[in-house]
Amino acid sequence: MTGSTGSTGALTVLRFHLRRDRMMLFWWITGNVLLYYSQAVSTDGLYTTQAELDRAAAGMESNAAFIAMAGPARALNTLGGQVAWQAAAFGAIVAALMSMFLVGRHTRAEEESGRDELVRAAAIGRHAPLAATALVVVIANVLLGVLLAMSLVSYGLPAAGSWALGLAAGLTGLVFGGVALVAAQLVESTRAAYGITGAVIGVAYALRAIGDVGNGALSWLSPIGWGQYLRPYAEEQWWPALLSVVAVVVLAVAAVMLFDRRDIGSGVWPARPGPARGSLGSASALAWRLQRGSVIGWTFGMLLGGVAYGSIGDDVEDLLGDSEFSKDMFASAGNSVVDSFYATSAVMLALIGSGFAIASVQRLRGEEGAGFAEGLLATALPRWRWAVAHLVVTLVGTVAAVLAGGLGMGLGFALVTGDGSAVLRLTGATLPYAVPVLLLAALTWLAYGIRTRWAGVGWLGLGFCFIVMMFGELLQLPGWLMDVSPFQHLAQTPAEDFRVVPVVVLLAIIAALSWLGMAALRRRDLVTN
Amino acid sequence: MKRCIVGSMDSVIDITGLVKRFGHTTALDGLDLQVARGEVHGFLGPNGSGKSTTIRVLLGLLRADAGRVSLFGQDPWRDAAALHRRLAYVPGEVNLWPNLSGGEVIDLLGRLRGGLDEKRRAVLIERFELDPTKKSRTYSKGNRQKVALVAALSSDVELLILDEPTSGLDPLMEAVFTDCVDEFRDEGSSVLLSSHILAEVERLCDRVSIIRAGRTVESGTLADLRHLTRTSVSAELVESPSGLDRLTGVHDLVVEGARATFEVDTDHLGAALEALGRFGVRTLTSQPPTLEELFLRHYGEDVSS
Repeated sequence: MTGSTGSTGALTVLRFHLRRDRMMLFWWITGNVLLYYSQAVSTDGLYTTQAELDRAAAGMESNAAFIAMAGPARALNTLGGQVAWQAAAFGAIVAALMSMFLVGRHTRAEEESGRDELVRAAAIGRHAPLAATALVVVIANVLLGVLLAMSLVSYGLPAAGSWALGLAAGLTGLVFGGVALVAAQLVESTRAAYGITGAVIGVAYALRAIGDVGNGALSWLSPIGWGQYLRPYAEEQWWPALLSVVAVVVLAVAAVMLFDRRDIGSGVWPARPGPARGSLGSASALAWRLQRGSVIGWTFGMLLGGVAYGSIGDDVEDLLGDSEFSKDMFASAGNSVVDSFYATSAVMLALIGSGFAIASVQRLRGEEGAGFAEGLLATALPRWRWAVAHLVVTLVGTVAAVLAGGLGMGLGFALVTGDGSAVLRLTGATLPYAVPVLLLAALTWLAYGIRTRWAGVGWLGLGFCFIVMMFGELLQLPGWLMDVSPFQHLAQTPAEDFRVVPVVVLLAIIAALSWLGMAALRRRDLVTN
Repeated sequence: MKRCIVGSMDSVIDITGLVKRFGHTTALDGLDLQVARGEVHGFLGPNGSGKSTTIRVLLGLLRADAGRVSLFGQDPWRDAAALHRRLAYVPGEVNLWPNLSGGEVIDLLGRLRGGLDEKRRAVLIERFELDPTKKSRTYSKGNRQKVALVAALSSDVELLILDEPTSGLDPLMEAVFTDCVDEFRDEGSSVLLSSHILAEVERLCDRVSIIRAGRTVESGTLADLRHLTRTSVSAELVESPSGLDRLTGVHDLVVEGARATFEVDTDHLGAALEALGRFGVRTLTSQPPTLEELFLRHYGEDVSS
């Protein structure tokens, strides 16, 4: 019974996996549950009367861009319908990504590092690591579904709809876990496996977007669509869950069959060889090569995010309702609500784009910590030029990402309202917000320059700016504290006229921080292992 | 003329009294190291004795806390980039960007060093049997080392700094490496070779420095160092010997009938043999100290004292 093809020892491996994953699982699941829960809270906060909600729902139902982004509009004049609509598509993607990373980390990453060999040398069955990985994914998604449903029920939403929503999230996560498990058998590297799974997630999202806007046929080809066809809070139908279950079983069987056909450490598809000769000849070329994927991804993502904001068009007033919260958030500039809304949206986009800027600077820390910098800096490449090469990518990428966000917003707005001049106006209004983003990047750089471990300060800075912007008024933070956020000092374009002085002052601060960061980096020891 | 400061003129590397601290731990505690032009210098010491730290100070990656460090007569911290044009480095742990191919890495490092010799690059890839089209993530430790070695050896430089460069190579590839270093030296260039493989050191190095706990404990040619250690002697004599224990420099003496075995400080070998002669020597075997014994003696000193 302890045959070499069995899954003997799977439970031992599983326990080990769960021990390693507990923090990761906690954050992914909590984050995703909060994503849904916060929709309930914010919808409640935004619309104080049913009449407001009805008005907003009418606007949303007729907005094709919204439907393409979120899903079919069902029961939008109920709280549950709003939660399901706003969160389900993104929640499904988050669940899918969680499954993908869980699978990658326990299959390909382990084989690449050689740790898998160590485990396999123990008295465990051939299929035990695979089975343990699958079990981790099942446990994670069941936990997600159950906690999600329970949190929404506890908020006071109808039980059937809440469980349908939880089931949808969990099942979608499982299906993409199956996809990831198959991908992990096909290719040799973790990265490539993520690439395949990510592409399948993207295609599934696109299929349901096109399907939902059109006659719905294509949505039935998408696992994300299957989840949404459970119709949470809108006369639930349960049978589409079977589609997901069948898909999970088929994918799991396929993964096992593929696994049996390959050697440990290699994929069904042989690894693609790279070029025998290199074209990289400078630190800048290398920095771009290392960061281009992230620059392109973020720029594209910011464009889509911008379209999401822009496609709200000038229905802003209806959507926002009359609550105090929305007045606080959007009407503070005292100008037209539409312009104020887009000023806030531009800051929002810039805050999101800060994620790129900070991560891009931290790339230096990654290169240094991984030991890549050691070999590089032993060549005739001066330390400062190595750093500048990466920082230039940060600068260009940040401006590109923020510009793309503004452009997307303008395009979305122009498409919905037919006002073509909005493209330039909103792009121009968003661009200045790249400056405070760069300030956060400069802060990260200075911290990194002094001590690599301090580079995380950038995220603290971003968190602070975010809290000031979202809750500063609400929490009645003292003025001087709010003024620490660089975003507070810019003119709130497009609601206000652009002002040059704050931008120049911020640029001067950025220059000073950058200079200090360079001075610090040139004085300290390189981190080596 | 300036020739009078022979040491510093002919030294490629000249370190005296180097101190390097990390927080409260002292990694280097007054280390000395001289590497002359045209020599292959072995750099030996147990794990954690400070070899890699010394090398990183030499490369300007770490900053010296005290002491004098000169590389080609210049300051390796201040003039790092300029000095690096004249040297190539193979780290002990070769880390490569996982999504670049070996060929790409070789060309990148070569260009950043100021260009590489195309012909030598091709020959070296052939000799090391390296597949340059594979992505770095798929390389084994030995193959990653080959990438770094090809990049280093095909650069036109005066000094090679190698930190345990063969720890992942198989014996065949190690032989290729040894040949390459020989050829490199024949062109008049210098090598600092940190290694644990004693046969390699014995075969390649003109001089060695042994360090322990951040300090140089021994430095010189292998012959010099042998001089400082003991030869083991085993002799069958005509008559049972007496008085051998009174000889200076004789240790671990065992006499069984007409048979005597002992260790003798190599400086006193002659006197010991003379003494043996008085009892009539039938057979005599004497073993010079192996490099290994040399190391064990220095590495293990702390344990015994």
